[in-house]
Amino acid sequence: MKNTISYRIADFLKRYPPFSNLLGVQLETLSEEVSIIYKEKGHTIFSIDESAHPQFYVVHKGAVALWNLAEKSVLDICDEGDIFGLRPLMANENYRLTAKTEEETILYAIPIEKFKPYIRENRRVADFLVESFASNTRNPYDKSNRGQLLGDVVPSSTNHSNQLLDLQPVDYSQNIESVSTETTIKTIAQRMTSKRIGAMLIEKDGLPIGIITDKDLRNQIATGEYPITSKAKNIMSSPVITYPTKLTLTQAQMAMMKSNISHLILTKDGTVNTKAVGILSKHDIMLSLGNNPAALVKAVKRSATVEEIKPLRKGVMNLLRGYLDQHIPMALTSKIISELNDVCIKRTVELSLQQMDTKPPTKFAWLAMGSQGRSEQLLHTDQDNALLFEDVPDSEYEQTRGYFLELASLITKGLHTIGYEFCPADMMGSNPKWCQSLSGFKKMTTTWIASPGPEEVLLSSIFFDYSRAYGDKELVTKLSKHIFNTVEKYPIFLSHLGGSALMNPSPTGFFRQFLVEQDGEHKDFFDIKQRALMPLVDAARVLILSKNVPDISNTWERYEKMAELEPNNKELFLACGYATKALLRFRTKQGLLNKDSGRYINLEALNKEEKMKLKRTFKTIKEIQEVINIRFMVSRVR
Amino acid sequence: MASKKVTTPEFWNEYHASFEQGLPSSVKETSFVVLDTETTGFDLKNDRILSIGALRIQDGTIKAKEAFEVFLDQTTFDGRTVEIHGILKKGKTTKISEVEGLKVLLHLLKNAVLVAHHVGFDVGMINAALKRNGLPKLMNKELDTAILYNKILPRSKRKTEGHHSLDELCAHFNISKTDRHTALGDAYITAIAFLRILEKLKPVSLEKLLKKDRFWEFWKY
Repeated sequence: MKNTISYRIADFLKRYPPFSNLLGVQLETLSEEVSIIYKEKGHTIFSIDESAHPQFYVVHKGAVALWNLAEKSVLDICDEGDIFGLRPLMANENYRLTAKTEEETILYAIPIEKFKPYIRENRRVADFLVESFASNTRNPYDKSNRGQLLGDVVPSSTNHSNQLLDLQPVDYSQNIESVSTETTIKTIAQRMTSKRIGAMLIEKDGLPIGIITDKDLRNQIATGEYPITSKAKNIMSSPVITYPTKLTLTQAQMAMMKSNISHLILTKDGTVNTKAVGILSKHDIMLSLGNNPAALVKAVKRSATVEEIKPLRKGVMNLLRGYLDQHIPMALTSKIISELNDVCIKRTVELSLQQMDTKPPTKFAWLAMGSQGRSEQLLHTDQDNALLFEDVPDSEYEQTRGYFLELASLITKGLHTIGYEFCPADMMGSNPKWCQSLSGFKKMTTTWIASPGPEEVLLSSIFFDYSRAYGDKELVTKLSKHIFNTVEKYPIFLSHLGGSALMNPSPTGFFRQFLVEQDGEHKDFFDIKQRALMPLVDAARVLILSKNVPDISNTWERYEKMAELEPNNKELFLACGYATKALLRFRTKQGLLNKDSGRYINLEALNKEEKMKLKRTFKTIKEIQEVINIRFMVSRVR
Repeated sequence: MASKKVTTPEFWNEYHASFEQGLPSSVKETSFVVLDTETTGFDLKNDRILSIGALRIQDGTIKAKEAFEVFLDQTTFDGRTVEIHGILKKGKTTKISEVEGLKVLLHLLKNAVLVAHHVGFDVGMINAALKRNGLPKLMNKELDTAILYNKILPRSKRKTEGHHSLDELCAHFNISKTDRHTALGDAYITAIAFLRILEKLKPVSLEKLLKKDRFWEFWKY
């Protein structure tokens, strides 16, 4: 007897980690134990708090959504080759998420008892699992157990440095130097010097009772307050602040800030009544932090010139690469990166202001436009920005504008130094057209909305995604209100904007064909920006404008808002949001890979899974374009 | 009847006894066995089964372990079909006798609902084999994926008597044709097609599903 079904299963599984790390024979044996499960769309595979099944799942065909509490949001969508429902089995706990099929789905169910031996035997399988748990690829909710799941299988050398800041366990020094209360300061200083340490622990009866740091030696000995012949007990800080060893970075930072100290003593049970097992310094924390967002923000804020910001931007890129590698959810990734970008821009504006001879003559705001405005600019692309200033009496207008033009050119040059290319179309605050008073911008946008030609629609599509990067909030709100009111008066504008959203037809046909042929006939690159991202971005813009919702310029946040406003179209809108995130991740990854803007993707370089994910987004694009076409009666302007 | 029972082998008796239990009323609880046979030809009398592939579906789940494919040692051989399924009479594959093959099949089958593409042919071939070995006919309820598939199509695309090929179903449901023309490969394809058809038909009960011809029943919402 032979079993072509288990061959078929093995053939599929071998393409995906961790199964790709198994030997052929192992995989065949495992495959014989697999169940193939067919589920219709909307079927719940398991629910939150349900006790764990004796098996975990791999998506063979279709897609499964993982929902968080109360089914309010989709945390992840598992596609072909994705594993889910494994973690609770390893941790012996109930499901923390609900898994539901997004479409008709075929699952492979793998009995955990048959799989466990391979985790124990195969180091690479174990590593993969630890990594995916640690990065929460498939389950961003189970943070508490990260990295500890397979503690006995994998040595603690697992690299934690790329994990999210707040949950990273501290890496403390276990070589504790200690002396008694009677040791002289001179001896202590000599030992600290020879051991190159910044603090000495003072113990009595084997328990920590005090600490002496570099600072104490400076403040109490070098100042002459105590002679160098003093004993430890005279100058030590006592009692010591102790903590248990299971401390996260954030907790450690908080503890140091709270007590205004630079060293924490870690004891067995966290109190002074047990033996000291480790010592943690501020320096250790800074080392662990490395390229962490908090540290980067601080460094940017401290920079005295734009030249100093430039290398920090590299840190941001490293961070971004790390996040993408770990599959940190795109919404979170882009939020952190955008925030860092924002801080850089803000600091650039501040530094430029310092370079001006006088203070600004009136209130102003620096607007980020285009992808930066939408918080979707992860890689450096062009700068698109504008400067908006408050109305001044006509007599002062020219002078005021002169000031702001000068400021804007300082800012744009500064941004260029950091690494933002100048906008080839000169859509920058240093261009008089994009450096205007509130009335000036009002007049310009009214013209676009009232008589929209192709040029006007294009300009609107860039400008209307603005967000305030620096400056007066009220000014920006006034402009937004004006735009919404004007759009309401000229509904034909939405048809034009809708039309431009349909300019790039959904790429389904093209890509499907590619998927089928697979022999590389389409050698050409795929323009992911124009063919996939822009249609979604454009659609979101016209939809949100039509709903009169200000202050949301991010595309997926716009879709999330739309889903809230129109529950009957919720599914489609959320799918659009998800697609945007997925595409942006693609673009960013490609950009980092090829050190460019990531706009052109070499389809041949994508693996099957990536192609599948791309394809899925195309279906959504097609659907949303149909909605736009009908809703905004695009045909009447075409 | 009673005297006949005594002469039948144990595996048949076991199979027969499984029918003492009636079928469940819900489709979910029903055990389906999907099978496919590769044969030397299409003549029930003169042709022979070369291989049987079968698997069980219960609540939308197929267990790989329960699936099997057996190759039968046959004396009658028709060279024509070799091209299709690639089973040579004296190939490398280990073959078992016809009666052993039937034994493996009946053991999995029990009183499950039997599903196949053009089920009449497969059942006919199996019944002929049973007869050669002095056994009665299969007792299972049958479902034909070719006919079921016809029911889910718009009227314009339906064919009389459900003459839809398995390839057509593959194309319609986007099922990979890996292992097409091996008994278990085809059984698997048939199984996936069957599950997808069930999803479209959403029969309220097993009884409804088994009901013949009156396909409009399913069109009532």
